Amino acid sequence: MPGKGSRDTVKERPKDIKGTLLRLIRYTMEDRWVLLLVIIFCLISNALSLFGPSLAGKAINEAAAGQGRVNFAAVRLYVKQMLLCYSFSALISFLVNVGMMRAARKLGRRMRRDVFDKLMKMPVSYYDRNQAGDIISRVSYDIDVICTSFSTDLVQILASTVTVAGAFIMMLLICPQLIPVTLITIPVSIWFTRRMGRITKPLFSARSVIYGQMNGFVEEMFSGQRTILSYAYEDTVSDAYDEINRRASDAFFRSEYYGMVMGPSIGTISNISLSLIGIFGALLYLGKIITLGQISSYVLYSRKFSGPINEIANLFSEIISALAAAERVFRLLDDAEEPPDDRDAIILTKPEGNVQFDHVSFGYLPGKTVLHDLSLQADAGSLIAIVGPTGAGKTTIINLLMRFYDADSGTIRADGHDIQKITRKSLRRSCAMVLQDSWVFKGTVYENIAYGKENTSREDVIEAAKAAHIHNYILTLPEGYDTVIEEDGGNISKGQKQLLTIARAFLYDAEILILDEATSNVDTTTEKQIQGAMRRLMAGKTCFVIAHRLSTIQSADLILVLDHGDIVEQGTHETLMKNRGLYYRIYNSQFS
Amino acid sequence: MELFIRYLRPYRRLLLAGMIIKLFGTLAELSIPYILEHIIDRIVPAGRIFPVLLWGFLMIFMAFVTAVLNITANRRAVDVSSRAIYDLRGDFFRKTMHLSGTRFDAFGLPSLQSRMTTDSYNVQNFMARMQTMGVRTPIMLIGGILVTMIMDPSLSLILIVLVPLLIAIVILVSLKGVPLFDKVQRHLDDLIRIMRENISGIRVVKALSREDHERDRFNAENDALTQSDILANTIMAIPGPSMQLFLNGGLSFVVYFGALRVNSGQTRPGVILAFLTYFNLIMMSVMGLNRIFVMFSKAKASADRMQSVLSDLPDQPIVPDDGTSDDTGALIEFRNVDFNYFVGTKSENALTGISFRVKEGDSLGILGPTGSGKSTILHLLMRFYDCTSGKVLVDGRDVRSYDKDELRRMFGVVFQNDIIFADTISENISFGRDVDKAGISFAAEAAMAKDFIEEYPDSYLHKAQVKGVNFSGGQKQRILIARALAAKPRILILDDASSALDYRTDAALRRNLRNHYADTTMLIVAQRISSIKDMSNIIVLDNGRIIASGTHEELLAASPYYRQVYESQMGSV
Repeated sequence: MPGKGSRDTVKERPKDIKGTLLRLIRYTMEDRWVLLLVIIFCLISNALSLFGPSLAGKAINEAAAGQGRVNFAAVRLYVKQMLLCYSFSALISFLVNVGMMRAARKLGRRMRRDVFDKLMKMPVSYYDRNQAGDIISRVSYDIDVICTSFSTDLVQILASTVTVAGAFIMMLLICPQLIPVTLITIPVSIWFTRRMGRITKPLFSARSVIYGQMNGFVEEMFSGQRTILSYAYEDTVSDAYDEINRRASDAFFRSEYYGMVMGPSIGTISNISLSLIGIFGALLYLGKIITLGQISSYVLYSRKFSGPINEIANLFSEIISALAAAERVFRLLDDAEEPPDDRDAIILTKPEGNVQFDHVSFGYLPGKTVLHDLSLQADAGSLIAIVGPTGAGKTTIINLLMRFYDADSGTIRADGHDIQKITRKSLRRSCAMVLQDSWVFKGTVYENIAYGKENTSREDVIEAAKAAHIHNYILTLPEGYDTVIEEDGGNISKGQKQLLTIARAFLYDAEILILDEATSNVDTTTEKQIQGAMRRLMAGKTCFVIAHRLSTIQSADLILVLDHGDIVEQGTHETLMKNRGLYYRIYNSQFS
Repeated sequence: MELFIRYLRPYRRLLLAGMIIKLFGTLAELSIPYILEHIIDRIVPAGRIFPVLLWGFLMIFMAFVTAVLNITANRRAVDVSSRAIYDLRGDFFRKTMHLSGTRFDAFGLPSLQSRMTTDSYNVQNFMARMQTMGVRTPIMLIGGILVTMIMDPSLSLILIVLVPLLIAIVILVSLKGVPLFDKVQRHLDDLIRIMRENISGIRVVKALSREDHERDRFNAENDALTQSDILANTIMAIPGPSMQLFLNGGLSFVVYFGALRVNSGQTRPGVILAFLTYFNLIMMSVMGLNRIFVMFSKAKASADRMQSVLSDLPDQPIVPDDGTSDDTGALIEFRNVDFNYFVGTKSENALTGISFRVKEGDSLGILGPTGSGKSTILHLLMRFYDCTSGKVLVDGRDVRSYDKDELRRMFGVVFQNDIIFADTISENISFGRDVDKAGISFAAEAAMAKDFIEEYPDSYLHKAQVKGVNFSGGQKQRILIARALAAKPRILILDDASSALDYRTDAALRRNLRNHYADTTMLIVAQRISSIKDMSNIIVLDNGRIIASGTHEELLAASPYYRQVYESQMGSV
């Protein structure tokens, strides 16, 4: 799966390496037999590939007998063994790669499933606290990093361990005197890698910061393109872009300038090691300590030995960033869920729709109360309107009634039952909501209306659409009810989106109806057209209506005027107008 | 490809020099194993220490030469690519800024953004790597083969047969694998979309108790993603081991035939050993070719996406006025205008037969339901789009005959959902025009924004965050209106620009416009009748046609629609 280049993300170090690692290992235990098999195969495959060169060496030794004296039976035997060895090793290494990859992808699937399960159990406050992009990057980025590291790094560690150990043993057997010459380069290359890392790391972080700024600038300016053109501001903007573009190019150059030193330098260190082996090997030959064939094999194995060693620094940093990613995923999985329903919670069936707030206080943040000691009584079938300036706490009342949040003190009752003692599902099922930000998802018009109502018929859906005055519009769409709406309703207007959600509420047919600025995006004509339908929808139900336009709520049984979390006035339209209080002032500002 | 050539051409000298340095660097690198073989095969058996040391130090020297040359070349590559990408990004940005409304819509905002960010990044990376890997890999491959050919041409035949085979595997697998990865990406996009939908709609999902349904939806997509991912990666797991198999198999044959040739006296045993080393080298370069191939296909796709924007032809040429537009004395005139956003498709016209005139200093209100074409009229007037038929005239001249800046400088405009930029309030209002402090505060006062702005400790230097999220809807609209007023435009256009203001502020704003901007011609689109009832003329749109026009009083008498809207807003239901 493609992800962001690990170089371009500022690496976060995990706080608890050991704990996270253990937990990650526990996560993989579901596939433990597959994993065990893969690990064994991996060891075999790498051991086999180490045999190859020694078989080749034996065959060459036979050939070294010289013209006319080669023992072909032996050569053929060794070559056959080589072919067998290599074929087997290739087959096994294919199986290992695929096995590991499958295990990693399944681990990814399991983690994604768990994350989404968890998200569905999270309280609404979690979503209000965290940014969408942040939550999504757990799945789109972090889990991907973990999987990639799991499938490639693990195999590489195993393979490298076997290769390094095997090559080391072989070198030791061939010529122990040359070992110090080989080993001396290891600390040099580790020292060099770390030093370079210290230089380049801040440069790469700086680069990812400036790239982030540049992308932000581009997004902002592209989305404001029309405004910019209108004011002939494009040259100023383009000059500003040149500046940020210049800084981004410089940051790229600076980071790569040092980054590009890495490869050739490591190459040089291993080349020098090779030269030293050549020189000292030759000296040892001259001292009659080793043979020519031994030098050759030693060279071959020393190449196998130094390759993985040079990769260790990279591997280590990949694993660290995978662990940091895992830690972020686990942190989400450990976050507090919506507390379970009370054990003796009742299921609300056929509610009448009585709602009562009894001295309710609530604040989103500790110490910042939004509702103070609020009490209200909504009789079954009545229409309660809530008005007041922005931030007065209107929507908060809905949040509490639906139990998206729980009150800090006081009780809310539905049909006389404390809503804390009712299952969330049945409480919510008895309420239908139409919100200011209408929510649609990518799916057909039909699915969007039928959402929430299982086992509904096409006739019912069409009926609901007609009631919401959107049926005719739907018929003009290319595929009618089967037209696919884009994500977030990209291909339909805000007003039409809102009508769709009104149709959804019609179909849902719950006893309590919550309309939070439900027609704010519908133009006045359409609003007028659906007013009759709305009245039918509201008939016999307990309705909570939040509205800016006071014209829509004059027929309410009870109007609550909220200001700074307190009900400052309540009554019908007529009594409130007579009172000449806040309601009167708001009303007059709209209609004078 | 064209794109790479065009943007690298200005730096061709640097580029060429870098590639030549890289060439020498690679040759130096190739010489090292050759020297080693030479030491072992020829120098050591001679048994003298001095030549051994001499050749040994030569080898170390070559190692340093390699490092210096390669580092120099790599740095040059980075230099060239960072300059080229600077040019490319700058051009792309300017091009996008000047796209007409039609073309901008055709590409789409998210797509333009991702071309500018992700695609330019891919192109940049490829440019940098190409100059180094692109030289090194083929040289290593060819050099490796050449050296083995010099050592023993017959044995190297085995290699020469193998290499095309390996390249074929790489290409075949990539051809098959890349589309599979596209599919994986699409599944991933869908999965993320489901997450995004659930996050934004969590209240609805919970209210309707649809958590289980959403979980099923997510899991189905999760399974599909995993499946396609496993398939794609299984295919991509083929080349590695099979290449190893082929090369090692080839090596086994080299050993066997080498033994045969040694037996018949045609070659020396040392040559077989040397082959082992070069085989390794060649194998690495074939794998490198594989990487280059994958990178190239990715970068090419990105380059094509950028190129298609860069080579997009300007679709709004300036055409001289044909002189048939007899001057009616009106500042703005629409003459029988039709417009379709998607010309050539079966879609309905957005505007049909629109005609009206606005004299200098007069005002026009535009009313109508959502989607009736109100904003489209404004877009045609400012020439973001060209009308399909008919004529739009400003000052008696066809808008198509104006230089765009000349035309647009006449306007002060606030669009629906217009944008506040992440800059100071002062800069958001003056917006690159020559407006002094007094001008800014005068406009802010008229737009009813002065009070809340001056409440900030840093006043006009208060910074807006991206998209103005630190302001309320009403505050944003007031800043935007101040922007529109700041340069004292001849024509003021407000498209639903005061919808978030409370009625009292809205009324005060209208009073200010009347008093301080009496000479300004105004076009105001609104949902509220109160915002437009004092206009000198009002047109009512429905379905892209004018269904009524006149003053407020005339419309109240003549248009049932207008009356109905008025009554519903005034609350006398």
